[in-house]
Amino acid sequence: MTSASAVDPAALARLFRSLYRIRRVEEEVARVYPSDKIRSPVHLSIGQEAVAVGVCDALRGDDVVFGTYRSHAMYLAKGGDLRAMIAELYGRQTGCAKGKGGSMHLVDVAHGVMGTSAVVGTTIPNAVGYAYALKYRRSDRVVASFFGDGATDEGVWHESLGFAALKRLPIVFVCENNLYAIHTHQLRRQHTGDIVTRARSHGLPAERIDGNDILAIRARIAETVAALRAGQPGPFFFECMTYRWREHVGPGEDFALGYRTRDEADPWVRGDQVTRLGGMLPPDERRRIEGEVEAEIAEAFAFAEASPFPSPDQLWTDVYGTR
Amino acid sequence: MAPAEATRTLAFVEAVREAQDLEMERDSSVILFGLDVDDPKAILGTTRGLVDKYGPERVFGTPLAEDAMTGAAVGMAYAGLRPIHVHIRMDFVLLAMNQLVNMAAKSRYMFGGQLSVPMVVRSMIGKSWGQGAQHSQSLYSYFMHVPGLKVVTPTTPYDAKGTLIAAIRDDDPVLYVEHRILHSQKGPVPEGSYTVPPGKARITAPGRHVTIVGVSYMQVEALRAHEYLREVDIDAEVIDPIWVSPLDTDTILDSARRTGHLLVVDNAWTTCGASSEIVARVVERLRPDERVRVRRMGFAETTCPPSPTLEDQFYPNGRTIAAAAYELVRGPGKPWMPVEREDVNAVSFRGPF
Repeated sequence: MTSASAVDPAALARLFRSLYRIRRVEEEVARVYPSDKIRSPVHLSIGQEAVAVGVCDALRGDDVVFGTYRSHAMYLAKGGDLRAMIAELYGRQTGCAKGKGGSMHLVDVAHGVMGTSAVVGTTIPNAVGYAYALKYRRSDRVVASFFGDGATDEGVWHESLGFAALKRLPIVFVCENNLYAIHTHQLRRQHTGDIVTRARSHGLPAERIDGNDILAIRARIAETVAALRAGQPGPFFFECMTYRWREHVGPGEDFALGYRTRDEADPWVRGDQVTRLGGMLPPDERRRIEGEVEAEIAEAFAFAEASPFPSPDQLWTDVYGTR
Repeated sequence: MAPAEATRTLAFVEAVREAQDLEMERDSSVILFGLDVDDPKAILGTTRGLVDKYGPERVFGTPLAEDAMTGAAVGMAYAGLRPIHVHIRMDFVLLAMNQLVNMAAKSRYMFGGQLSVPMVVRSMIGKSWGQGAQHSQSLYSYFMHVPGLKVVTPTTPYDAKGTLIAAIRDDDPVLYVEHRILHSQKGPVPEGSYTVPPGKARITAPGRHVTIVGVSYMQVEALRAHEYLREVDIDAEVIDPIWVSPLDTDTILDSARRTGHLLVVDNAWTTCGASSEIVARVVERLRPDERVRVRRMGFAETTCPPSPTLEDQFYPNGRTIAAAAYELVRGPGKPWMPVEREDVNAVSFRGPF
């Protein structure tokens, strides 16, 4: 693991705050979920936060990210508005998509959170197209495209990598490999399981980052983004090994299903990055951050609960822009 | 935008090329790509010269990756570009359904208005010379089904240019469907920019006894039927919907009310097709005291065969349309089928321009 001394204290505090905030938001979502106040399928990132936080911390505010239905972490890590996210989960008018997207379609364009999709692999080419537009406009902004190991089964993953490599686009592909597509292990879906080799076959540099190590992820992405901004042609590919603690969809655990074991999960839980970074901070600073985050989360849930539902006529808005 | 007076005649392909050229000149956010758009054949001439004029960043051939390239178009549109993605066969668009239906159509809505997808998907449908099963399909009704998409099926060079300019400027995704037989047809086309906006049909031949709606290439066959029907003193009103989504039901309904007979001829299968939708929308809006007899025609409910004798049976034509209209107006007692006439085969575009 990357040593703590390589990270300045301000960055450490910032990373811990982001990790802790996402963890606690999702724990709160899980806690509220049985009340049926959140009527949206939730795919929790608990255990996987380090990838989103590590990558997004290395990005600029005006860079953009594209994600999946499991994007609570990416949305928050990139700066997506917390109150608007919770309100969206609650189906309220104040939600980031005005109650028309739900948990699987989070968006905050002002903070560079572009589309998220419920269909595996679907936003990868959207991210590539956005990167094409940035290059066409001679922008120094970059794109990060998040997807899971399941997406690497999809044809569109290959098509997208191929085009991005052909046009040397300013994009970083981030595979969050949590080993499972719903309940099916990667090695039951792929002959080799070697995602980076498959990525390299399209002619782009690809590397694996083991251990769900936020500091390693952040360091590598920061170097890569700096190179892209300096004019080095993209794309770049990272496979970030991580692990989903909760069930595929829903608030609970699913070890009782028998498709995986607690023994498999144990090393990932022991290597929890929230605990790790929390332990690297002075205790009083950690307590202060935790207190601030708890207050922010309580306020966001209260905001969502107090927000109005969309009026019935809102059903018909935003179907078309011009009619 | 009102057009200038048409002082020249252009082929459909040239009208398409000119629309793209004018819009690319006017707006640097318009870019054009697809398989072979920059090759020597230039998509039947519709992209000729554009790569030389605008460069390979704005006009480029793509990998054979319809799914990803459609997704890329969506992403470009998010970023403020106005991509035009070209498919030389509509059959290939099936490879792009996920992006068109799940992202292009839905982004504005499911992202609460934060994102929009101003993109145009041009695709071509074919007929004759053995195009066969997978080079002939008119699948536009698939896209009519999905809220968030617009679909245009221009027939004349005038509309080819005006609807394409409207589609490029539209803030929503538009499926622009070209029939290859129409590509060589010539007609009056004004110089400069003008738009033929969504949701407005055109009466292409006024009449009193029966309303014939012809979609895409079937507009030409409907105009031929109009000529044949004069032999039996039936005065057919012919309508080109131009845009099938949004659909101008008012113009068709008004005509059907006047004539009492509605024949919708689609350049596609009838089941769950544009013809089903047009008939249903008209019938739903009739008052209890109004009677309109309706009929649909389209492809035979088979796969398109390449052999000429079979293919002739597969498609409606001016004579079979005239026969169907005759039966609709005069009743089933005494069938009539016109004898083929060379002068009617020469019917092409007359315009109210």
